[in-house]
Amino acid sequence: MGFFERIFREPRWGVHPDNHKRPAADAPLRVLPPPARLYLPLHQHVGGAARPVVLVGQKVLKGQLLAEAQGNISAPIHAPVSGTVAAIGEVTAPHPSGLGFAAISIDSDGEGRWIETEPALDPFALAPEEIARRTAAAGVVGLGGATFPAAVKFALGKRLAVSTLIVNGGECEPYLSSDDRIMRDHADQVVDGARIVMHAIGAREALVGIEDNKPEAIAAMQKAAAAYPEVKIRPVPARYPMGSDKQLIQTLTGKEVPADARAAEVGVLVHNVSTCAAVHQAIRLGRPLVERIVTINGGAVARPGNIFAPLGTLADELLAFCGLKETPARLILGGPMMGTPLLHGKVPLVKGASGILAFDAREAAVPKAGPCIRCGSCTQACPMGLLPLEMAARIRAGDLDGAVDFALSDCIACGCCAYVCPSHIPLVQYFSHAKGELAARERARLRTEAAKRLAEARLARLARESREKAAAAARRKAERDAAKAKAAARAEGAPA
Amino acid sequence: MSNVIGIPVAAPHASTTNSAGRVMAIVMAALAPATLFGFWLYGWPAIYLWLVTVAAATLGEAFCLRLMGRQASPVLFDGSAALTGWLLALSLPPWAPWWIGAFGGLFATVLGKQVFGGLGQNLFNPAMVARVALLISFPVQMTAWIAPLPIFSAAAPGPIDGLLILLKGLPPAFDAVASASLLGFAKTEMSRGIDLLQAMAHAPLQAWYGSRPGSLGETAAWLIAGGGVALMFLRIISWHIPLAMLAGIALPAAILHAVDPARYLDATTHLLSGGAMLGAFFIATDYVTSPNTPRGQLIFGAGCGLLTWIIRTWAGYPEGVAFAVLLMNSLTPIIDSYVKPRIYGRDRKGVALEPGK
Repeated sequence: MGFFERIFREPRWGVHPDNHKRPAADAPLRVLPPPARLYLPLHQHVGGAARPVVLVGQKVLKGQLLAEAQGNISAPIHAPVSGTVAAIGEVTAPHPSGLGFAAISIDSDGEGRWIETEPALDPFALAPEEIARRTAAAGVVGLGGATFPAAVKFALGKRLAVSTLIVNGGECEPYLSSDDRIMRDHADQVVDGARIVMHAIGAREALVGIEDNKPEAIAAMQKAAAAYPEVKIRPVPARYPMGSDKQLIQTLTGKEVPADARAAEVGVLVHNVSTCAAVHQAIRLGRPLVERIVTINGGAVARPGNIFAPLGTLADELLAFCGLKETPARLILGGPMMGTPLLHGKVPLVKGASGILAFDAREAAVPKAGPCIRCGSCTQACPMGLLPLEMAARIRAGDLDGAVDFALSDCIACGCCAYVCPSHIPLVQYFSHAKGELAARERARLRTEAAKRLAEARLARLARESREKAAAAARRKAERDAAKAKAAARAEGAPA
Repeated sequence: MSNVIGIPVAAPHASTTNSAGRVMAIVMAALAPATLFGFWLYGWPAIYLWLVTVAAATLGEAFCLRLMGRQASPVLFDGSAALTGWLLALSLPPWAPWWIGAFGGLFATVLGKQVFGGLGQNLFNPAMVARVALLISFPVQMTAWIAPLPIFSAAAPGPIDGLLILLKGLPPAFDAVASASLLGFAKTEMSRGIDLLQAMAHAPLQAWYGSRPGSLGETAAWLIAGGGVALMFLRIISWHIPLAMLAGIALPAAILHAVDPARYLDATTHLLSGGAMLGAFFIATDYVTSPNTPRGQLIFGAGCGLLTWIIRTWAGYPEGVAFAVLLMNSLTPIIDSYVKPRIYGRDRKGVALEPGK
């Protein structure tokens, strides 16, 4: 890119990390033979955990419902293989705490027999509500990492009369290429899924934003979308975090999502390319979301690339399939900028996992943090226009309210600030800590308030009861006195 | 649990190769041409003075770190103390006695920086704090300028004589070379009632490439500016502070010079004299003591420039960059609390945007 282009055309925010996407992105997609046992967490999405509807020992077919959605925002879980339910218990969650959470384990019978599916021959003849219902029943959630149930977003888009669907093919996280791969290999599915989503939400156009470091994906998508003028392929500059909803919306439409508002309120809805492909599978083929493409990459991986694998596969099995050159120094679920470190590889592949990275010692080296020199690199990099150095200084001093005054709640935890910091201050760690503390404080405040309300209600009740008692006693006394007076009057009158 | 890998580390799991040490090293490299030119122009005494000042600043930092029970070597390695000493040395009269450099260097890092809590904590630019302390305490030594005497010229002192000048002061043999800086000369003549139109006829030598009396590193205005522009291209500094500061000096100077050339120096002279260039590109742009938003930097830079010009024009001192920068340093927290970037999805006041608009 030329010097002037660099100065004038590029957005002011963001960073340019080494992308490390190739050679993994160029390796052909490989299919993982289903492992002997799969572990399906009940909570792979934003919202309420799913509720099991199968029993241990029960035979299930591929695509059969294992756990149903619970509550307004939730998603069901389906069997990725045919086999037997082995256990319903705890497995290690893909979370740095390494704590356990509920999951259903399935022993595969190796046959991969599908359930009876209900394909829609012409999705555009279906009512939008029906598409949302089928998408919800297929357990489709945002596959870019947010894992928000897709159908809930459809309903929102429909209600707020969204005119533009933005299809997120940004994939700005370094190392990851699962979206790149799905656009190269299944562009027709992505475009078809996008058109179905447009129908579901009533949008007039779809803008597909793809970072310009993926020319093959752009070409494939342009070819697939050629017949549909309403689906527009829009290359965007490669710059992290271009794949963040707010930044992509701004780049493609010039609109800004107001703070504390949802994208739908400015007339756009964002869905990831892989989510669109999953919607295509759910509607056209009637197949629930049970498999996904995951990028296996990092310095410790012998043959990095993209793997089509059933959900519930352990990270260790995926890594073994690609081969390890050395013992990984760090395992990451997701990309290096926002991914979650894993304590070990016995963690199942979940719907939102676009990549599993095994870093070698050099990649995993954590530079020593130094003092802030107020260079302002973080303020230039922040895509939200925040002042990370000021927030961190306040959090460091324990002044969380001060950090909130600097709009801590607007932080999207993209990691740009911590990435560019020449003193290597773990800024995101500061912000996560503060957000956690504030949330705990809020919960405590709500508890205190509830307790206070209860105590006040009790006092009011006691006061009311004693008032009523006193009133009743007074009434009885008055009645007695009246009776006495009457009797006295009679006594006085009688002799006369 | 088998095969546990490391400890949980917060994202991001990637980081820039940039570091504080790299930033300091690049700034030093950008200062090198002007410094070498200064060495050539003023000879051995200037080289020795530079060495003493840098060493004293580093020593002061090491002493404080030791006092606090911290390991000195990793902190010294980031080069910030040496850079402070370097900048201070460039603002000193090139033949100043050794104790000026030693006292200034120690003052800069001990009282200007470490007392506040070390790197990143000081409110004022340490080099300028030291320079002002020296200027107020030792006005005679701090305004004893010499005419340029290139290092290899016959009259220049050799390595031994240079060392003697540093240690014992200016010997009588070299008295002839004592001179005045242009800004000082103009101020003196004005105070004697001679207006600039007459005074400039016999003003001190004012070669454009920097061969004139002045501080060790500031007469080579073009080399300084070149180094500054290089820093901008390397994205070490942004253009906001330097441009605003130079404009803050040049605009009022140009206007008043047009109104009354007999009383006010012209803009070019202002820009090329004294510490204007060094101040604009290397002093005022100090990360720690300047605002961290582009608009705040524009205000800060313009303030530095305007104050410099006001002090030069109406105050008692012929040069005002150090005072101007310190005054604006004290305003930095206020500028930072009023001038903030607009947050995505909010207006300038921080109120959420209306979805309809």
